[in-house]
Amino acid sequence: MSEQPSKKKFLYINRKAPYGTIYALESLEVVLIGAAFEQEVSLAFLDDGVFQLMEGQDTTGVGMKNFSKTYRALGDYEVRKFYVEKESLAERGLSVENLMPVTYEDEDDDYAEKPSIILVDRAEMAKVIAANDVILSF
Amino acid sequence: MSTLHTVNKSPFERSSLASCLAHVAQGDAVLLIEDGVTGARRGSSFAEALHAKSPVCAIYILAPDLAARGMKAEDVIEGAKFVDYGGFVDLVAEKTRVVAWL
Repeated sequence: MSEQPSKKKFLYINRKAPYGTIYALESLEVVLIGAAFEQEVSLAFLDDGVFQLMEGQDTTGVGMKNFSKTYRALGDYEVRKFYVEKESLAERGLSVENLMPVTYEDEDDDYAEKPSIILVDRAEMAKVIAANDVILSF
Repeated sequence: MSTLHTVNKSPFERSSLASCLAHVAQGDAVLLIEDGVTGARRGSSFAEALHAKSPVCAIYILAPDLAARGMKAEDVIEGAKFVDYGGFVDLVAEKTRVVAWL
């Protein structure tokens, strides 16, 4: 099927930590819906949103579903761009080493595993926002 | 190709306004709605940061939300523009995209 003219670039902005509110989980649900409709989907993590990608999340004690593994599955839905803001990490005493590895398989490169996480600074994040057609905030 | 940024939370409670102002581009517009209008109060600790952004982007305030909170036009920073709900719709239609800073 030829590319539909209605294909748009969707950016999901995530600014909340997981589990304290429903935002992070709801964002994931909507991301999956957007991907199913074959739109171009990318994610942005800034402010407390960077906590969504923390390695080693363990929710057994709080009795909530640990949905952190879902981020790693998004590559299979062609969601391959996770823009993570450097300043937001630094403000929270975090670095990219604290985040879970998220990768996708590049079919144009013999299915090589490539990192989905793209570190950007604030000015670059503003450009990422301006490069998208539809912004959904969570 | 510019962006409308809406802020609906008080900057005294959340970082939404600070984060918004850190991501605006030249020619964008910032619209303060609901509790977001409190940040525009003259003499408040966010007034200066908002005013400093006015050469970069226009600052709009949803007038009904300001009135509901007992504030008048003269209570907010200089240079802010006021819109009603119709003006809000016009801004959305005029800009390429909308970013809601929750």
